[in-house]
Amino acid sequence: MSNAPVASNRLTPEQYQQNFADIKPALSHYQAKVEAARCLYCESAPCISACPTEINIPSFISRIATDNIQGAAETILESNILGGSCARVCPTEVLCEQACVRHHSEECKAVAIGSLQRFAIDNSTLHPHPFSREATSGKSVAVVGSGPAGLACAHRLARHGHNVTIIESHSKPGGLNEYGIAAYKLVNDFAQREIDFITEIGGIDWSYETSLGQTVTLDQLRSEFDAVFLGIGLQGHRRLNISGEDSKHIQYAVDEIAHIRQSKQLSELKVGNRIIVIGGGNTAIDIACQMRRLGATDVTIAYRRSTKQMSATPHEQAFARQNGVRILEWSQPVAAEATPEGVCIQFQKTATDEQGGLKATSESFSLKADMVYVAIGQYFLTDCFANSQHPPDTSHGRITVTPDNHTSLPDVWAGGDCVNKGEDLTVHAVQHGKIAAESIHRFLTAPEQNNSQTD
Amino acid sequence: MADLSTSFLGIHSPNPFWLASAPPTDKAFNVYRAFEAGWGGAVWKTLGEDPPPVNACSRYSVHRDIQGKVLGINNIELITDRPLAVNLEEIRQTKKDWPDRALLVSLMVPCEESSWKSILTQVEDTGCDGVELNFGCPHGMPERGMGAAVGQVPDYIEMVTGWCKQHTHVPVIVKLTPNITDILMPAQAAMNAGADAVSLINTLSSISGIDLDTLSPYHAIDGQYTSGGYCGPAVKPIALNMVGQIARNPATATLPISAIGGISDWHDAAEFIALGAGTVQVCTAAMLNGFKIIGDMTDGLSRWMDSKGYRTIDEFRGKAVPKLTDWKYLNLNYKTVAHIDQNTCIHCGRCFAACEDTAHQAVSMTPLPDNLHQTQYTIIDEECVGCNLCQITCPIPDCITMTEIDTGNSAINWTQHPANPFREQ
Ligand SMILES: Cc1cc2nc3c(=O)[nH]c(=O)nc-3n(C[C@H](O)[C@H](O)[C@H](O)COP(=O)(O)OP(=O)(O)OC[C@H]3O[C@@H](n4cnc5c(N)ncnc54)[C@H](O)[C@@H]3O)c2cc1C
Ligand SMILES: Cc1cc2nc3c(=O)[nH]c(=O)nc-3n(C[C@H](O)[C@H](O)[C@H](O)COP(=O)(O)O)c2cc1C
Ligand code: SF4
Repeated sequence: MSNAPVASNRLTPEQYQQNFADIKPALSHYQAKVEAARCLYCESAPCISACPTEINIPSFISRIATDNIQGAAETILESNILGGSCARVCPTEVLCEQACVRHHSEECKAVAIGSLQRFAIDNSTLHPHPFSREATSGKSVAVVGSGPAGLACAHRLARHGHNVTIIESHSKPGGLNEYGIAAYKLVNDFAQREIDFITEIGGIDWSYETSLGQTVTLDQLRSEFDAVFLGIGLQGHRRLNISGEDSKHIQYAVDEIAHIRQSKQLSELKVGNRIIVIGGGNTAIDIACQMRRLGATDVTIAYRRSTKQMSATPHEQAFARQNGVRILEWSQPVAAEATPEGVCIQFQKTATDEQGGLKATSESFSLKADMVYVAIGQYFLTDCFANSQHPPDTSHGRITVTPDNHTSLPDVWAGGDCVNKGEDLTVHAVQHGKIAAESIHRFLTAPEQNNSQTD
Repeated sequence: MADLSTSFLGIHSPNPFWLASAPPTDKAFNVYRAFEAGWGGAVWKTLGEDPPPVNACSRYSVHRDIQGKVLGINNIELITDRPLAVNLEEIRQTKKDWPDRALLVSLMVPCEESSWKSILTQVEDTGCDGVELNFGCPHGMPERGMGAAVGQVPDYIEMVTGWCKQHTHVPVIVKLTPNITDILMPAQAAMNAGADAVSLINTLSSISGIDLDTLSPYHAIDGQYTSGGYCGPAVKPIALNMVGQIARNPATATLPISAIGGISDWHDAAEFIALGAGTVQVCTAAMLNGFKIIGDMTDGLSRWMDSKGYRTIDEFRGKAVPKLTDWKYLNLNYKTVAHIDQNTCIHCGRCFAACEDTAHQAVSMTPLPDNLHQTQYTIIDEECVGCNLCQITCPIPDCITMTEIDTGNSAINWTQHPANPFREQ
């Protein structure tokens, strides 16, 4: 293992392969049957309401237990067309599995719902496509963004017979499923295969390298299409706002994560040996763990509050520690200085003040690093509405939506990370897309919509 | 430690666990291993006349629950397929080498007195402790006029048992088939003919399942199948009932019983003995676990006896019999109501589904204000009929209990009840 500041080929080919293999190996048929038999087929089934997409969990599990894996997969996909990636990326310990009543029984162990969901999807036949399109409605909808929200919306609209055009600024679809999720959670080309599966329903066209706000305006889309769905995620990266931040040794975590995901040859990635990650969310955990797995020997996450307040769940934090990542709490970066080989970050120790806010203490320290990754959050960039006459309302920096994911504009819906609703998780984005599609469908098929000749 | 030794029809064994006549007792090799492991006795695999029958391949199939546990197995094995002389010689040697164990021999020959007389003479000569007449085998042998073909006709039982009592000095046990409507009739027939005891049950006619790929039953033999005999844990309640009926029926109450059917652990054995059995016979549990299971069976039984203060098997034998009665004598004023322990409840709602959909709508469901995903379940006492269904569906031991309620009314049964137009005045 090399100790050079920034180097490629830190590990052997076998180590790369091992470090980036699936972190949660798939269940065998036998394991799945044993696990499925643990489900109590609850009447209350709190797992269902704890799943943001409300998958009928006891039903799909009982289908696995009774050798009806295809039926199980279709139960999942009926509620969540991205059930395959959700099974891999969902923090189930705070979602369905947290609610499982088996937690309260003496064994204190939830049914492994996520693993069973993955088993069902991976072991069923998804070709030919299990859902069919209703008769075409003649209506067209623009779906902007092909992340989980856009994909879920597009599929549901296509099922209802509408014609969908997905407008995507990148040259590759998938959003954060393709560029953001840690490589060992979605291995191989699963994300792209899932998109192929979703689009097999038919009625979905693509317009790549088309950027809302640059190539097209919202006004244009509204006049060309009967409805518009915005699933454009969060494109702004929060800065540290400290001196020396522009050093090439300080990068945004999400950019580096995208590099890792897109890399064809992990050994060719140039990786630092001493790494500092600034932030306390899952992105911080993901970059830190991936750096360790790429061969960095010294990886520290610095967070300005306590680990209890980190948005990364205790499960994720434990995972980071298992990966050999150090977590420093109460540490706020205040300045960055170039060193011959990298950068040195000055930190101030923090504490809570009387009002529960954050205050600086007199204590400070500095840490040297070959690379620093900033993971203190993304925000919604309103640039995409810059040139449109009627942008939708925003609140708290994101698009305002109703429970139906309807924006303030009559023919525009939005969902996923870009809206001011729910947590930033893949599964919430899927549900938003689905809810919006149903609402758009009602709008497009309402009598007044068909009678009036509005354009 | 409690004394497990048993004397049944004067046949002594160090414990009441005998291996039933079946593959575990097919030859000396098995029986020696069983006795080394600690089995109290064995009923040798059924002997017949030479030439021995030929078995079909693929002779067992299984019935599992959803978790893969074996509920029962089905077999189409016939009686021994080894020459009579070989068996007789092995029986003689086994008894010589294991004088402290009970060694009985199961028999099945055509319904002719000469056949029975001949085999009895030869078997008695081996020094075995007794014979068991196999009137129960439900497959293959009845087609040849033997096994259940005899056991299903009380007159034949009486006739053949009579011959046997006449032609042997050793105790005669009649093994009954459960493939009949009223077990008292064959039991009575055996008793009339002077049988020393009955043993029951043999296997139940069954088909264990249909293979949905080939649409032929399990396990097909060259595409075809035939009914087999069902045994194992699933048949225990049926066997318990039949043993109980014989034990409580005044006319047959004195008939000694060797109980068989689904005995899988010491609890099952204790239950059969409490219902009057003198010994218990085991087949499937040994086939599924090997002979070593006897150590756990005897250990469990003797510790339970210690905990209850029973020093010998006889001290609790038959204690459950007087409590078995006719429905019409049950106290209709006895009342229990379910109670859900909120501290152990895991809020699964299985009790609600069961009661609401299929019973008496006596479980109420209220959302818990402080937990979005949880619901509180409580019993509406006035609606509860005490049927036990909620308790049965509850996955948590002792979470739902049935509590006896004092209604203040004195006991009354159907023969006295005002709703009975034929009540005894
Ligand atoms: C590093 C990281 C790790 C994560 N890990 C997990 C995890 O393990 N589990 C989990 O549940 N969630 C995780 N998340 C969150 C999850 O990825 C998001 O909540 C989810 O992807 C949101 O979906 P979306 O469709 O709203 O947006 P995105 O997935 O961001 O997709 C937005 C799409 O819109 C396109 N787009 C943006 N602007 C424009 C425009 N102007 N014109 C056209 N197209 C545009 C983008 O190119 C992109 O394809 C993670 C997030 C990050 C950043
Ligand atoms: C494969 C097999 C073969 C059997 N063969 C005989 C037999 O030859 N004679 C007999 O009396 N009973 C025979 N039985 C029945 C058993 O002795 C016993 O009555 C029955 O299996 C119920 O007991 P269990 O539930 O402990 O298995 C056989 C059972 C099995 C499974
Ligand atoms: S809560 Fe757990 S046990 Fe109950 S239905 Fe859901 S997965 Fe099954």
